[in-house]
Amino acid sequence: MTAPVLLFFVLAALSVVFSLAVVFQRNPVHSAMALVVTLFLVAILFLTLDAPMVGILQILVYAGAIMVLFLFVIMLLNPEALERRRALWWGLGSIAGLLLVFEFADFLSDIPRQAAQGAAVGEGFGGPEQLAQSLFHDFVLPFEVASVLLLVAIVGAVVLAKREG
Amino acid sequence: MIVELGIIAAKALLVLFMVLNLAGVMGWVERKGSALIQDRIGANRASVLGFAGLGLVNTLIADPIKFLTKEDFIPPSGDRLLHTLAPCLALFPALVTFAVIPFGDVLVVGGREINLQVANINVGILYIFAMASLSVYGIVIGAWASNNKFSLLGGVRGAAQMISYEIAMGLSVMGILMVYGTLELQQIVRSQGQLLWGWLPAWGVFLQPVALLLFSAAAVAETKRIPFDLPEGESEIVAGFHTEYSGGKFLMFFTGEFAEMVTSAGLIATLYFGGWQVPYLLRDGFHFPWGGTWLLPQLAVVLLQVGAFTLKVVFFCWLFVLLRWTLPRFRYDQVMRLGWKMLLPLALLNVMVTGVVIVALQGGR
Amino acid sequence: MVPLDYYLFLSGVLFAIGVVGVVIRRNLIVILMSIELMLNAVNLTFIAFARSLGSMEGQVIVFFVMTVAAAEAVIGLAIIISIFRHRQTLDPQEMQLLRW
Repeated sequence: MTAPVLLFFVLAALSVVFSLAVVFQRNPVHSAMALVVTLFLVAILFLTLDAPMVGILQILVYAGAIMVLFLFVIMLLNPEALERRRALWWGLGSIAGLLLVFEFADFLSDIPRQAAQGAAVGEGFGGPEQLAQSLFHDFVLPFEVASVLLLVAIVGAVVLAKREG
Repeated sequence: MIVELGIIAAKALLVLFMVLNLAGVMGWVERKGSALIQDRIGANRASVLGFAGLGLVNTLIADPIKFLTKEDFIPPSGDRLLHTLAPCLALFPALVTFAVIPFGDVLVVGGREINLQVANINVGILYIFAMASLSVYGIVIGAWASNNKFSLLGGVRGAAQMISYEIAMGLSVMGILMVYGTLELQQIVRSQGQLLWGWLPAWGVFLQPVALLLFSAAAVAETKRIPFDLPEGESEIVAGFHTEYSGGKFLMFFTGEFAEMVTSAGLIATLYFGGWQVPYLLRDGFHFPWGGTWLLPQLAVVLLQVGAFTLKVVFFCWLFVLLRWTLPRFRYDQVMRLGWKMLLPLALLNVMVTGVVIVALQGGR
Repeated sequence: MVPLDYYLFLSGVLFAIGVVGVVIRRNLIVILMSIELMLNAVNLTFIAFARSLGSMEGQVIVFFVMTVAAAEAVIGLAIIISIFRHRQTLDPQEMQLLRW
């Protein structure tokens, strides 16, 4: 087993463990912290796939901003009661999830195997210049639409969260 | 291979050693500085066998001993795991950020070029912001795990404040990125070695003066020091997020704050004051604009550069201390208003003006 | 090197875990977090294909997914806050005014 494969397996195992913790921890703060670790691990997986810019953005936007917002809301509402574990419901849900995983495995076994790092890429693939080239040349319109979307989200959040009166 | 790894390890250890030591020394400077400003003598009680002459050294040794021998208190109704994890989360980002800050140019030893920077990654500045954004967790998690109303208030304040000022901080650096056209910090510092009109070094402070002010304000807010120490606010909420912390864990929060301060000083020096650049010093010696040259051996040049960088960092650390003991604390609504209604629009305006100027200078291509 | 389907399978597993979270949890905030986990799994697929095909487009799509995820999280949390103000609960089963 070569070093990259070993690294992949370590990262993959850790991210599965922590994402399971997101779902099966009863305490929402523990769930949130587990999700932060998962996002961090996925960012490292992005780095192994030559996507440094997106990897850093993942940490900056997801782990650094969105998840802080989640924690902020959990702390603000501070719901006292932990939710009850309902064994039947949780068992059925887990079995459905396992079936979904088998479905993926079955689907993947049909397609021809190829290396993830197959295509030859030039220097700076996934770096800021290339991402910017793509973003501001081929995807200008979606980019502008995304900025409008963010503006709408900000206004909407302010209106929704504002107290009446 | 072994040599390469050894060099990287040596650089990493050197930087870590420097940051931690500077953080420790800052703890002493803070007390002495406050004493100076308040017309006291201060921090003169630490003595070894009755000898108190070396105040600095004694305090540096006495402080950690005091912290580490105190009881490590965990609130019975708190969350044990997260309570222990939080100080690590607070210290970790502050220590790893310095990895991308260059502390010198290239050192050539035996034909091998050593880049005086721990990690040269092509998204350097974004890495710094990513790590800075992670430093919120230490506060929020520590506050929540303490299961204390004062801690929780401090944590909520800290989370809101740090997210708000991150935006202003990021946007104020945009101008620098546009001027120098790169995200790599070593490239940014190299570009600052050029001369404007043949005599003025092209430092960020001359090209982006407004951004410097915005960035410094945001940096102080990010380190949660007075006038932005609302998350602690000892006159309002006891000690804020670290109310329930004592002993070694408190020491970690404490060191984390000073390490963040050193990193912020390093960033201000790197982005706006030429990093390791000494005016008119090129790789082979001084080339003065009035025609004189003074050639120096390579090692002397590198030493001068590293010395200049250290001096700049120490100066800005001192400025932070001065700031802390001069200004009173803001009210919370003032902090939010400053961040969202003044720094953010000014930073946006700065980006726009910078863009217009760059396009005008390039002849409107 | 690492085969492409390893990444795809990992992404599938993470997605399935997210689905399980949405199905079994009764806390709106955790449900929203599970949705973020699913979005992230899809991002991993995009990045893996971008590398395998040597094209930047997959990475740009991830950029847009992040934007949408940020907007979604903000709106979702704002809705959760306003619901909590009215009903003092985060359990979606308790919100049954329109149920017959």
